[in-house]
Amino acid sequence: MAVISSDNRGLRLAVRYAVLILIALIFVFPLVFMVMSSLKPSQQLLQDSANLRAFLPVGDISLNNYFAAFQRAPVATFVFNSVLVTGVTVLFSLLVCSAAGFAFVFVKWKGRETLLAILLATLILPFETIAIPMLLMVAHLPWLGVDGLTWGWLNSYRVQIIPFIADGLTVFLFVQYFKDLPGELIEAARVEGASWGQIYRKIVMPLSGPILATAAILKFLVMYNQYLWPLMVTQEEGYRPVMVGLQYFFQLNVAWGEVMAYLSLITVPVLAFYLYLQRAFIASIASTGVKG
Amino acid sequence: MKVFTFAASAAILAWASAAQAQTTLTMWYHGAGNEVESKIINQIIADFNASQSEWKVELQSFPQAAYNDSVVAGALAGNLPDILDVDGPVMPNWAWAGYMQPLTIDESKIADFLPGTKGVWNGQLYSIGLWDAAVALVTRQSYLDELGLRTPTLEQPWTKDEFMAALDAAKASGKFEYAFDPGMAWTGEWYPYAFSPFLQSFGGDIVDRSTYKTAEGALNGDAAMAFGEWWQGLFTNGYAPATQDPADRDGGFAAGKYAFSWNGNWAALNTLQQFPDTVFLPAPDFGNGPKIGAASWQFGVSARSQHPEGAAAFIEFALQDQYLADFSNGIGLIPPTPTAAAMTEHYKPGGAMAGFFELSAQQALVRPVTPGYVVQAKVFEKALADIANGADVADTLDAAADEITADIEKNGGYGH
Repeated sequence: MAVISSDNRGLRLAVRYAVLILIALIFVFPLVFMVMSSLKPSQQLLQDSANLRAFLPVGDISLNNYFAAFQRAPVATFVFNSVLVTGVTVLFSLLVCSAAGFAFVFVKWKGRETLLAILLATLILPFETIAIPMLLMVAHLPWLGVDGLTWGWLNSYRVQIIPFIADGLTVFLFVQYFKDLPGELIEAARVEGASWGQIYRKIVMPLSGPILATAAILKFLVMYNQYLWPLMVTQEEGYRPVMVGLQYFFQLNVAWGEVMAYLSLITVPVLAFYLYLQRAFIASIASTGVKG
Repeated sequence: MKVFTFAASAAILAWASAAQAQTTLTMWYHGAGNEVESKIINQIIADFNASQSEWKVELQSFPQAAYNDSVVAGALAGNLPDILDVDGPVMPNWAWAGYMQPLTIDESKIADFLPGTKGVWNGQLYSIGLWDAAVALVTRQSYLDELGLRTPTLEQPWTKDEFMAALDAAKASGKFEYAFDPGMAWTGEWYPYAFSPFLQSFGGDIVDRSTYKTAEGALNGDAAMAFGEWWQGLFTNGYAPATQDPADRDGGFAAGKYAFSWNGNWAALNTLQQFPDTVFLPAPDFGNGPKIGAASWQFGVSARSQHPEGAAAFIEFALQDQYLADFSNGIGLIPPTPTAAAMTEHYKPGGAMAGFFELSAQQALVRPVTPGYVVQAKVFEKALADIANGADVADTLDAAADEITADIEKNGGYGH
């Protein structure tokens, strides 16, 4: 019986791995297709797309599409802009939204339930519905910079960063997470005379690794994939991000090889950020002992 | 030596002062990502800036696919440049919406320009193109000979019956996957640009051009119904594919899948290199004369410009034959004047693509000149796609006519 049971376990394990590998392949294939296609001339790419050769480095393989992509568009500028805008927004978003979530959960003040409800209601508003009012607003906002007081935020990094620092979803994520933290910890700290700032910095944030990683990944993806807003507010090439830059490759005759090379290049920061935070996420769970 | 140094310093100062005195004109252009096009436009700007001391043009290039949205957003934010380029059929909408102002240039300089390159709205010139584009029925002389077909000419294009007989012959030969490639893989503006001339040749139109206040009768009258039936028949009778892979659109003719391809001058050079016996035939005459589309990108002055005279000076400067020829040689576009055409490699008399110039001159019909065109184009595209996929012709054209008419009414007649 024991032998049969062991066989069944082995079989179950094999089936489970087979299913997992299949699911993994479904997610990996588009990436493999993208990278392999970026190494092929457009003509071959289109021919290979109908069969399994599309996923293999076969035929006329070279880095020519990458060189051509850099020649067609200022790829480095676009990637730099996106990384800068995304990085700064994510950083400030984590600070502001976690502080807001902290205030909503731990600090008792009048009207917080109402304000939280209003904030959550913004989740149902698609960005497109507020894009034009926002455009009209940022086009006339003042800014005090090295040139003194100027009016209008168009063609700048700030116009791509500041409107997206605070958002309902990220605050909501922090609120939900903070609600599950042991209230006794906060109460004990208050009894010991800790200020709200100290509790936020020294108790709540060190316990918030998982939610910080989750919020950062979600915010990163949203910001890195921004298209409509930067299209509306950046008329100068020097401020454009990667997704607007993608349009440079869609000419009358699309050079698909260059498109794939560009996509491969702009995917690198996303993967790097995700892999980095994935480790931080696991480390955070291990060090804080927070259990799901 | 001191005198020389003093003179040199004075000259440098004078030059620097002149440079500083130049008033900056901003310009938006749709050619980002197109290296050749960018090089030519930058050369024109450099030449203009160096040619006089009053104006200095500064360029911002946008990718074509994002250009119109960028201009609309810029207009909303009050941030339009002095000079902008605009797709010909979109110009009336931008003029009506207050994005553009009339273009004041010496009209004698554009007297011999192809009609499709002149953007006229409400009796005033708003934009002018440095090139035009045309569509032809692309095939090979060897195909015509093998199928025993008469080679149509501008003077004597194929009639509808001759065209259908040609498709029948190609289909019966069994040599091709489809007899005709209309280009169904290309969506968007391709539909009204390439296919509405068929409708117009049948005697219909996207909108009633006599008033521009309704599509009733134009898009769903007898002529339009006949067009719709013919259009649907292309697909139901197996002459053409109703849906098409983009790869087949790009390479299907070269691969021998189609006997005839409805395609533009921008793709002609590649085809000629593939098949030296390629011929570019005029559009068939479906009863009301052969028609093809016209009007490509054009330059105009934004309504926000504080210096329309400077903007107009730049546009007038760009109309030199040399630049028109440079664009043609660089990206294969049709030069707007015979003199510029004579300076080009492919459009000069006897050139491999000279026929396109004559097609533009003789068969071209601009798309409806109305601010409502931007909506009408989308409605027309959907109707034709639906009909190609089997929708009832009368119902579809009726619904499209109603939608277009309702949009015109909703917008107060668009100023007509």
